[in-house]
Amino acid sequence: MLLFLLKRIGTMLLTALCLSFVVFFLTNQPAMLEKVAKFEGNARMSDEEVARFLDKNGFGQPMAVRYGEWLGVLPGWTQDDGDSIKGRCIAPGQDAATAPSHCGVLQGDWGSSRVFRDEVGTIIGTRLALTGKMMLWVMILMVPTALVIGVLAGMREGSRLDRGLSTLSIATTATPEYVSGVILISVFASSAVGLKWFKGTATGAMENATFENFFLPVLTIALYGMGYIARMTRASMAEVMTAQYIRTARLKGVSFRNIVLKHALRNALIAPFTVIMLQFPWLLNGVVIVETLFNYKGLGWALVQAAGNNDIDLLMGISVVSVIVVLVTQLISDIGYVYLNPRIRIS
Amino acid sequence: METLSWGEILLRLAIQFTPVWIALALTFALSIAFKRRLGLYGKLFDNWIGMIGFGIVMFWVYTAVFAGLFDWIATHDPLSTASGMKNKVPGTPLRGAGDGDYPYYLLGGDTLARDVFSRMVQGAWVVIRIAPLATLFAFMAGITLGLPAGYFGGRLDTALSFLANLILAFPVILLFYLLVTPEMVASGIPSYMAVVLFLLPILFIVVMINARFHTQPTRRNLLVAGTLLILGWLYLSLVSDAGTPVNILPATLDLFDIPGGILVVFVSVVFVNAPTVFRITRGLALDLRTRDYVAAAQTRGEGPWYIMLWEILPNARGPLFVDFCLRIGYTTILLGTLGFFGLGLPSDSPDWGTTINQGRKLLSIYPHPAIVPAFALLSLVLGLNLLADGLREESLKD
Repeated sequence: MLLFLLKRIGTMLLTALCLSFVVFFLTNQPAMLEKVAKFEGNARMSDEEVARFLDKNGFGQPMAVRYGEWLGVLPGWTQDDGDSIKGRCIAPGQDAATAPSHCGVLQGDWGSSRVFRDEVGTIIGTRLALTGKMMLWVMILMVPTALVIGVLAGMREGSRLDRGLSTLSIATTATPEYVSGVILISVFASSAVGLKWFKGTATGAMENATFENFFLPVLTIALYGMGYIARMTRASMAEVMTAQYIRTARLKGVSFRNIVLKHALRNALIAPFTVIMLQFPWLLNGVVIVETLFNYKGLGWALVQAAGNNDIDLLMGISVVSVIVVLVTQLISDIGYVYLNPRIRIS
Repeated sequence: METLSWGEILLRLAIQFTPVWIALALTFALSIAFKRRLGLYGKLFDNWIGMIGFGIVMFWVYTAVFAGLFDWIATHDPLSTASGMKNKVPGTPLRGAGDGDYPYYLLGGDTLARDVFSRMVQGAWVVIRIAPLATLFAFMAGITLGLPAGYFGGRLDTALSFLANLILAFPVILLFYLLVTPEMVASGIPSYMAVVLFLLPILFIVVMINARFHTQPTRRNLLVAGTLLILGWLYLSLVSDAGTPVNILPATLDLFDIPGGILVVFVSVVFVNAPTVFRITRGLALDLRTRDYVAAAQTRGEGPWYIMLWEILPNARGPLFVDFCLRIGYTTILLGTLGFFGLGLPSDSPDWGTTINQGRKLLSIYPHPAIVPAFALLSLVLGLNLLADGLREESLKD
């Protein structure tokens, strides 16, 4: 088990490393760096001015070296322009002699965002907390509903209830967030229809989340994931209901209610557990769409802002965080599966 | 003229779709008449859910084809604006309509006073052209890599699986934002990716022919040379484009250019879909390689590629076909996502994602410009899902 864990964590780190390099490579293409220079300077900079800016700010070095600096395994760049020494690790006004030589992710320094003018670590912290709040409510709404729908549909396969609920779950998986969000807003929040039950934006929910301003975004994300989990639960429940021990229980006269609740349910919930965990990458996608649509300033919103302006450090930070979230949930799903299902052993 | 009531709007819409109804009726009549001779496709017509799904999908396919090729269903030009029609409600009469003009905006006007209905119909043509083709390429790429990974196993499998997991762990929207920008198109990275990705289908077909006919060298040579010539030319015309760094073919030989951001949209959608197809194919190959018919082929002395492409692949077609239907739906969703963030396709493109994106700004006052394409996208994806469900049920029966 320990060996398995170590191996998995090793693969995870390698994956994160590769992905962060890919993001670094793409965001540091010459055309993208030009965008950075024009964002910092002005939009009508000449090519020489752009080149001078890039050279002055440490972008002139080879890409591998700069990636090393970002990672913190190579010393940060310094540049002497006569009266003062500028550098990656030297804060404005700081004496060059006292500044650390390395400043990268390994030293806990994630760089600073050019769009928000703040430390990347702080931005990610606050934005992640907001997104986490949303995810929590999505989970609270989505998981029990999906499980109940799946169990109800799967306990009598082929019945009318099963048909109805299965079609419903297919319909929710076919509705991406930007479609369900648009429909929900225009039905429940627009002045055109007149049902002004909820608010069409969730900006107020960042400080003070109420049912009125937070329910629609949460429902929008939950709906898309719900159908998939419900279908998995249904398949697993239907399979369990045909098992020998269920037939035995039925033959010895256990009531249908007790068969479902006491015999079938536990075994039927093993497969959906993995699915719920593997839903996280999809949820992250949904979060970006919903945060943009409802103007909720969480991590997904920050991602869109950063990507639109090629904010390299912030993009790197967000991608590393989201990749780690995805990989950790995959690991949890694998381990949890083994604990829930003693028939499986990790070799 | 008065604004139309909802009943009149629905009636006029139904009349507008007349060619589609005729085509649908013909398709269903012929298919049901000959369903016993049509294999899995025919069995679909024994299944209510599958039939409904097929009907919805074919509705959009016919709409797209009739609107895109014959210019039939749309009532107005999707890009032209009319004065005084800005944000008008569905059924508003067109102000100052000439003799040849259709007198109403059936589903209203959008923020730029364009006809919402015509844009929705033309948007179907954009989606129907890109989504199935992109899915097909993703399948070719995924199968070409997934079969050897599952069949040979070992180092190759480890390396390819690692790569696939790498792409799958990537947040899709970040990838889109990084790949589908004008700067990135200018840097040529999507073009280089296209060079690699579109090479895989050619490789797939050539290896397939070679594995089948390698015992008859003359026939094999003829077939391989023919395919290479045709596909190679198509491939070169596809990847070489005057505006990008990959400009190999002289303009006189270049058959077609993929306009603007379409190629990069295509490449990124294929790139995102291929790893999942790879995983499915690999799993199927892992399972099927232990079967008796594979052992028989090995004993006969068949080569590994023959076994993979002519023994394993045909037996994996059921699950792959079901997944293909589902994946077209997912690709449609991805295309919509790209449009929603305003990436890739031009901002006046009538495709559904872009239209939703433009309509959402005034959503709480004028919902119709966003709702119409939203329902269109929803119904197409729902149809594909129902179709896949029906196919799965019918293919499990035998």
